[in-house]
Amino acid sequence: MSRRDNPLIQLTLVRFREFLREPEALFWVFVFPLVLAAGLGIAFRNRPPDVVKIGAVGAPLTKSLAAEKLLDVTQYSLPEGEQALRTGKIALLAESSPQGQIAYHYDETNPDGRTARMLADSAVQRAAGRADPVASSDRLVREPGSRYIDFLIPGLLGMNLMGSGIWGLVFTIADARRKKLMKRLVATPMPRSYYLLSFLLSRLGFLVVEVFVLAGFGVFFFHVPMRGSWVGLFLLCIVGSVSFSGIGLLIASRVRTIEAASGLTNLVMMPMWVVSGVFFSASRFPDSVQPIIKALPLTALIDGLRAYMLQGEPLAHLAVEMAILCGWLAVCFTLALKIFRWR
Amino acid sequence: MSPVSNSTPALRLRNLRKTYKDVVAVDGMDLEVRRGECFGLLGPNGAGKTTTIEICEGLTAADAGEVELLGMRWETDEKALRQKLGIQLQETQLSDKLTVNETVRLFASFFHQGPSVHEVIAQAQLTEKRNARVGGLSGGQKQRLALGCALVGDPELLFLDEPTTGLDPQARRQLWDLIEEFKAGGRTILLTTHYMDEAERLCDRVAIMDHGRVIALATPRELIASIGIEHIVEFSVSGSAFDAGALHVIEGVRGVRHDNGSVQLQVTELHRAVPAVLEELTRSGVMLTELRTHSATLEDVFVTLTGRRLRDE
Ligand SMILES: Nc1ncnc2c1ncn2[C@@H]1O[C@H](COP(=O)(O)OP(=O)(O)O)[C@@H](O)[C@H]1O
Ligand SMILES: [Mg+2]
Repeated sequence: MSRRDNPLIQLTLVRFREFLREPEALFWVFVFPLVLAAGLGIAFRNRPPDVVKIGAVGAPLTKSLAAEKLLDVTQYSLPEGEQALRTGKIALLAESSPQGQIAYHYDETNPDGRTARMLADSAVQRAAGRADPVASSDRLVREPGSRYIDFLIPGLLGMNLMGSGIWGLVFTIADARRKKLMKRLVATPMPRSYYLLSFLLSRLGFLVVEVFVLAGFGVFFFHVPMRGSWVGLFLLCIVGSVSFSGIGLLIASRVRTIEAASGLTNLVMMPMWVVSGVFFSASRFPDSVQPIIKALPLTALIDGLRAYMLQGEPLAHLAVEMAILCGWLAVCFTLALKIFRWR
Repeated sequence: MSPVSNSTPALRLRNLRKTYKDVVAVDGMDLEVRRGECFGLLGPNGAGKTTTIEICEGLTAADAGEVELLGMRWETDEKALRQKLGIQLQETQLSDKLTVNETVRLFASFFHQGPSVHEVIAQAQLTEKRNARVGGLSGGQKQRLALGCALVGDPELLFLDEPTTGLDPQARRQLWDLIEEFKAGGRTILLTTHYMDEAERLCDRVAIMDHGRVIALATPRELIASIGIEHIVEFSVSGSAFDAGALHVIEGVRGVRHDNGSVQLQVTELHRAVPAVLEELTRSGVMLTELRTHSATLEDVFVTLTGRRLRDE
């Protein structure tokens, strides 16, 4: 008699295999959120300050103008420069007369032209040794953590954990029921708790990848801040993900068809996509519905993720969010076990 | 686990009943399956075979009656029973995405004992396909895999619900060979089927079921002998005015069925009846277009008992 495999490990392996061999699922869980994050991140990126293109006649003038970072200077001969100005290639053409006077050619109705005139003149004067009577310096406010991409990444992460947590479980269980595979498994000595546990274990495995891919993408490509630790982030994501598995189990407890499964799943997830603050702040909704919105699991998870990643709140300060997630888990899981149909 | 003496039957049903809304699926079944025999439940679709077998398998709750398997009961010995039973359901689709090997390995992991995964796959004649995805298997291969999954725990009692339905003749024969091989190991099988040839070939004893009841129970040979008919003669004629009633009087003809120009005679002595029938046809001046004879089968038993055929195609 051979040494037998561990049934929990086998069941968990099956979960992994079935998922990894489903290209569409892989796309929606791993690729789509990245594409979405990249697309939105680029569309709503904070633009670098505009650089105005100007032209100058003569090498010394060109050199002194180039000291101004907000100007992009090209050297021209006078006729070439005038041609470039007429065709809108440059906003201003600077030319110095043999007496050392500077003439600026530009259209004063064009804002770029006026800006260029001020920047160029100030650069020329400073190069000629003008001393400013009042000292000044710049403090730029483009701090990571307040940009749209910073807001978006925790939102997408929460949405993704909800989607894969609920849908992965509901689909597999509904499919197993429809194919009578669940009945067949129940006809073996398989411990039923192992069947459910295998979903949890595989979820935790995929979660590590999901969080790492999406949060890592934000942190490394868009420099989204990670003011908490990665371990803490995973902990928060695990609590959220397990909570969504509980909700998924409740949805899946009786459904027999894929249609019913997808209908119910969308009914549960769609409202949260809209109100839980994935793409824009949930505080935009009226005050009267705020208590309801705050009690939703996705809101709790996303709020927690944002506070943890962007503001660096310690996990202990996220007790309310954690409690909401655990509450959903306890209620859904208990109810699901009561009404679960094992065939 | 208490050692169970081999004198207790493998399966005993007493007055089993199950009603779905307005359908009485099982209507008072009593049955005893002996150790080491292959027992068949034969009946048309809707006879209550699946309901009966799933009650035995502990998957459906009966409304009334008792089930005893290997001397044990579901209420008290579920854990021990699950280890000792091999089950194949009428319509399970195993996961398409897994390979044959992965599937068998999963099922094997649930059992404390049994042959190795490798041996089970060899037994199901799927060694060449062991790394193929289940989704790419033929119907016969899928059904052999399902049988393999039922054998992973080296069961004492094997339940097979319509194991060859929907398969082509070659795939059916291949599956029959596997079942016979298992049977040769001295284990008990309860199988359901609506194919009379399957029951005749595989089963030591057969219970014929109709409307949730057992209407006859014996060995296939005894059942066929019980209707007192040895042969069936079937022929078709062209020409409308043919009086089949005239055939009743021929010696050795026990029964006549006549529909749409096709006539079926139940006959005891073929060598006397056939010449007499041909003579009668010549005398009435009708054209014979087809003539066939076969020995009586379980199908004929069912027709005799119920007036209907097992399969209605
Ligand atoms: N789950 C069910 N709900 C309602 N009716 C059912 C159910 N299962 C079986 N039946 C009915 O019970 C009768 C017996 O069915 P079944 O046991 O499947 O017969 P068989 O396996 O011999 O074809 C049929 O009339 C069938 O329609
Ligand atoms: Mg059936």
